[in-house]
Amino acid sequence: MSKLTTTLTDSTFDEQVGSATEPVLVDFWAEWCGPCKVIEPVLDEIAREQQGRLRIGKLNVDDNLETVRRFGVMSIPTLILFKDGEPKLRLVGAKGKAQLLQEISPHL
Amino acid sequence: MAVVGSGPAGLTAALYTARANLKPIVLEGEPSSTGDQPGGQLMITTEVENFPGFPEGVLGPDLMAKIRAQAERFGAELVTAKVTRADLQDGGPHTLWYPDPSTGEERQVKARAVVLAMGARSLMLDVPGESRLLGHGVSTCATCDGFFFRGQHIAVVGGGDSALEEATFLTHFAETVTIVHRRAELRASKIMQSRAVSNPKIRFLWNSVVTEVLGTDKVEGVRLRDVASGQEQVLAVTGLFVAIGHSPNSDVVKGQVELDAGGYVVTQPGTSLTSVQGVFACGDLQDHRYRQAVTAAGSGCMAALDAERWLEAQG
Repeated sequence: MSKLTTTLTDSTFDEQVGSATEPVLVDFWAEWCGPCKVIEPVLDEIAREQQGRLRIGKLNVDDNLETVRRFGVMSIPTLILFKDGEPKLRLVGAKGKAQLLQEISPHL
Repeated sequence: MAVVGSGPAGLTAALYTARANLKPIVLEGEPSSTGDQPGGQLMITTEVENFPGFPEGVLGPDLMAKIRAQAERFGAELVTAKVTRADLQDGGPHTLWYPDPSTGEERQVKARAVVLAMGARSLMLDVPGESRLLGHGVSTCATCDGFFFRGQHIAVVGGGDSALEEATFLTHFAETVTIVHRRAELRASKIMQSRAVSNPKIRFLWNSVVTEVLGTDKVEGVRLRDVASGQEQVLAVTGLFVAIGHSPNSDVVKGQVELDAGGYVVTQPGTSLTSVQGVFACGDLQDHRYRQAVTAAGSGCMAALDAERWLEAQG
């Protein structure tokens, strides 16, 4: 995984998402999910281009069930945008870059 | 040379035309959580056991990554975008429009020959509650979402190979999987039937159709109607997976090439030739009979060779 994105876990989630000065888009993903792999390069690109405005966090659902349950994730990829630690927007399913940016940008 | 679609058919066509130095541009589709995405339906399957050359099986997404890399190695240019509009002229040139993958701005590409390989997508039930609860218990991707139904009771709708395959896969997680089928017998292959029937976690509800998906924030059950007696009942499940068949992704070329009643592109038997000269079709877009990764790849090769010959004959 690239250094552009932040790896989140059950134990670091609150601290890393809550203390971030910029909004954090959390990608709930897993190794065995085809559509998750398809959007990985898209998220890397967004992370690179939006540096300073948006942070991208990756949460592996296999290893972090507590956070998965807390946000009721039942389908991956799910992307949740957090602002000041609060979930603001939830996107279910893989989408292209242009469409993702269109949905996220009103919140940035 | 342009290829539309990037499942086994489209990428094989790209591989062959790239090796023939035709410099294909592949409009591979856009990310989604259905089978209509770059890499096609294999992106949402797990183990592929029947693709020749992989005695231990291969994961669908891994197989597609390999075929993609192989096409790229010979110079195919892949663009992650879905064609929004097409102007196909008998004899060419043909024009395809697509949004720029980064900016969303409309772009166009002109090609003398076009290979259509947009594949097919899963049909949805189209009943109340289904789209509202998508991602909240209703899933289009068993391999993506099965994990979230550990220890739960879920339902799969359908009676073909994909339904039984999904149901069998989902028993790795779920406590029970109820297969809801509108007929009294399955149309799935014998091997899938015997796997499903002998699986203690799988049960069958025959002659039943789903009329509504129930639940406010997440799926709590499905309303079923017995097609013979008309009697209704509610099945308490927390997950619903739909596998009732496929529909070809031919909308973008509708009215331009001949389609059959089911919307499949019509090809001349034994070839990939469509009703428009210089336009070739392959894979599930034109095949509702075999619908296998290997037949799709084979027909992609046919389309590439047909396109190559056609271009040569044009000089």
